[in-house]
Amino acid sequence: MKTYDFSQQYINKIEQEVALSTNNVQVHYGKSHAIFDASLSFPRFQITSLIGASGSGKSTYLRCLNRMNDKIAQVDGEIIYRNTDINSKKINVYEVRRHIGMVFQRPNPFAKSIKENIQFALKNNGINDKNELQKRLETSLKDAALWDEVKDDLDKSALALSGGQQQRLCIARSIAMHPDILLLDEPASALDPISTSKIEETLKLLSKNYTIIIVTHNMQQASRISDYTAFFHMGHVIEYNKTKNIFTAPEIKATEDYISGDFG
Amino acid sequence: MDDIQTRLQKSSRATRQDYFGKVICYSCIGLIILLVACILYFIASKGLATFTQNGVKFWNFLTQSDWKPGDVDKYGNPQVGALPMIVTSFSVTILAALLATPFAIGAAIFMTEIANKKGAKFLQPVIELLVGIPSVVYGFIGLSLIVPFIRGIFGGTGFGILSGTLVLFVMVLPTITSLSVDSLKSVPMHYRQASLALGATRWQTIYKVILKAAAPGLLTAVIFGMARAFGEALAVQMVIGNAVLMPKNLISPASTLTSKLTTEIGNTVMGTLPNNALWSLALVLLFMSLLFNLIVRFIGRRGNIKNER
Repeated sequence: MKTYDFSQQYINKIEQEVALSTNNVQVHYGKSHAIFDASLSFPRFQITSLIGASGSGKSTYLRCLNRMNDKIAQVDGEIIYRNTDINSKKINVYEVRRHIGMVFQRPNPFAKSIKENIQFALKNNGINDKNELQKRLETSLKDAALWDEVKDDLDKSALALSGGQQQRLCIARSIAMHPDILLLDEPASALDPISTSKIEETLKLLSKNYTIIIVTHNMQQASRISDYTAFFHMGHVIEYNKTKNIFTAPEIKATEDYISGDFG
Repeated sequence: MDDIQTRLQKSSRATRQDYFGKVICYSCIGLIILLVACILYFIASKGLATFTQNGVKFWNFLTQSDWKPGDVDKYGNPQVGALPMIVTSFSVTILAALLATPFAIGAAIFMTEIANKKGAKFLQPVIELLVGIPSVVYGFIGLSLIVPFIRGIFGGTGFGILSGTLVLFVMVLPTITSLSVDSLKSVPMHYRQASLALGATRWQTIYKVILKAAAPGLLTAVIFGMARAFGEALAVQMVIGNAVLMPKNLISPASTLTSKLTTEIGNTVMGTLPNNALWSLALVLLFMSLLFNLIVRFIGRRGNIKNER
C-alpha cells in the first residue's frame, strides 16, 4: 500500500454562506484514533459529498455532525451550527437532531404504516393538529418523489415497499421535520441503479431548500450530484474543493490516485 | 471412466454415515413423540374415566363447587365440583402475572436499554439465579415470611390467594424478565438509530419504537410466566391453605388444581372415583398448558408477519 504524507492537505475556502462547519474534530474509538483534525465548512443549499475508501472515516465524521456518535465514540473539537458549538456537553442533542436529520445506508423504516412513519417524529414534537400532520405528510412525500407511488396506500405497512421506496420514505421522514441540514450515509449503496438514480434526482431537487451532506463510495455519484467534495483517507481530510475541481484537477497526489482508481 | 461410473453408483463411507445419522435422529424424535402420545393417552383415559365410568357430568365437574369425591349428595350423585380450584388457579396466575409484568418489563428495559454493559452483566446472573432456586425454597420462605406478614396485616390465617400470588410473583418474575430481555434484544439496532436520528428522546424511542416492535415477544414472555404460575404446585401448596372452598376474598384459605393434586394423590386408591377425579384435575391442567402453548405460537406467528421485511 502506498503511503501518503498527511500533512499535504488542500482545503478550499468556502465563500458562500456556511450552514455547518467543524474545527479540528477528533474521533477516538477507545484507543484507536479514527478522525484527525477534520476542519470543513459546508455551504448552505449545496450538496457536499464525502468520498474515500472503506474505513477512511467518512461515515464516522458524518455521524459526528448530528451527535449520533454519542456513547459510541469520543468526539473532540468544535462543530459550529448557527454560531453554536453543538459538540458541547450542554447542548440538547434531541434538538440538534431535529435540525440536522440523518438517513442511513440501509433503509430503516419502522414496522408501522407509511403515514405513521412520517408522523412519528412530528407527534413526538407535539404536533397534533390533523391538518398540519396531513399537510406535512403530503409535502414531505412529494418532496421525496414518493407521493405518486404511495398516495393510495398510506395506511399500508412501510415494510411492504421496495428498497428504493423505503429509502425515499426515510428521506421523507427526515424532511417532514423541516430540518436545515440532511445527512445521508451511503443512501443508495444498497439499491439498484434505477432506485439510485431516483434518489439522486430527489436529492438534487431537495438541495434547493436543504443543505445536504452525503457520504458515498460511488465516485460517479459524487461527481453527478454534488457541488463540493471532500476526500477522506485514513481519518484525514486530504482534499476539499468544488466537485468539478476535484474530479478534473485534483491538487493532491492521493486524491488523484484514488479518483483514477490507482490506489492501495 | 468405468471406475468413476461404478463409484457413482456405489454407497460409500460418507453415504452410510449419512444414513446412520438420519436413523439416530428419527428414532430419537420418534421416541419423544411416542412418550408425549403415551402421556396424553394415559392422562386422558384416567381423567375421562370420572365421566365415563363414574357417571359424573362434565358440566357439573366444571361448574359445581362441592369437592367430596368420597361422598354422594342427597340425590346420589358424587360430589365432584372443581370450580373452586379452577377459579383459584386462574386467580393466582392472573394476579401474579399482573403484578410481575410491570416489574419484569421495567427490569428488562433497564438491562437492555439503560444500564451500561457492566450493569447488565451483573444483573443477568442475578435473574438467572432466581430461576434456579427450587420451588420448595420459595414455598418455605413464603410460609415463614409472607404468611405471618399477611396474617399480621389483614388478620385471618394468612393462608390464601394473596400469599400464593406473592410467592408466585417472585417465581415468575425472572421467567418473564429473561424472556423480555431476549425479545427487546431482538429489536433491530437500526430502529433505535432511526428513531434517535429523527430527534426522538430516549424515552420516546423506548416507548414508541422498541416496546411496540417487541410487543409480541413481551406478550409471549408474560404467557410463559403465566404457564409457569399455573403449573407451580409445591410452593403454592405451602401457602394457599389447601381448603377446597370457593375463595371469598384474597386471604381466605383456598386450593389450586396443582396443590390439590399434590396433597391428595397419595391418599387415594387407583381406579376409584376419588383417584379418577384427581386425574380429571390433571387433565384440566394439561389442557391449559396446551392452550398457553397455542397462544404463544399464535402470537409468534402474528409477530413474524408484522416484522418481516
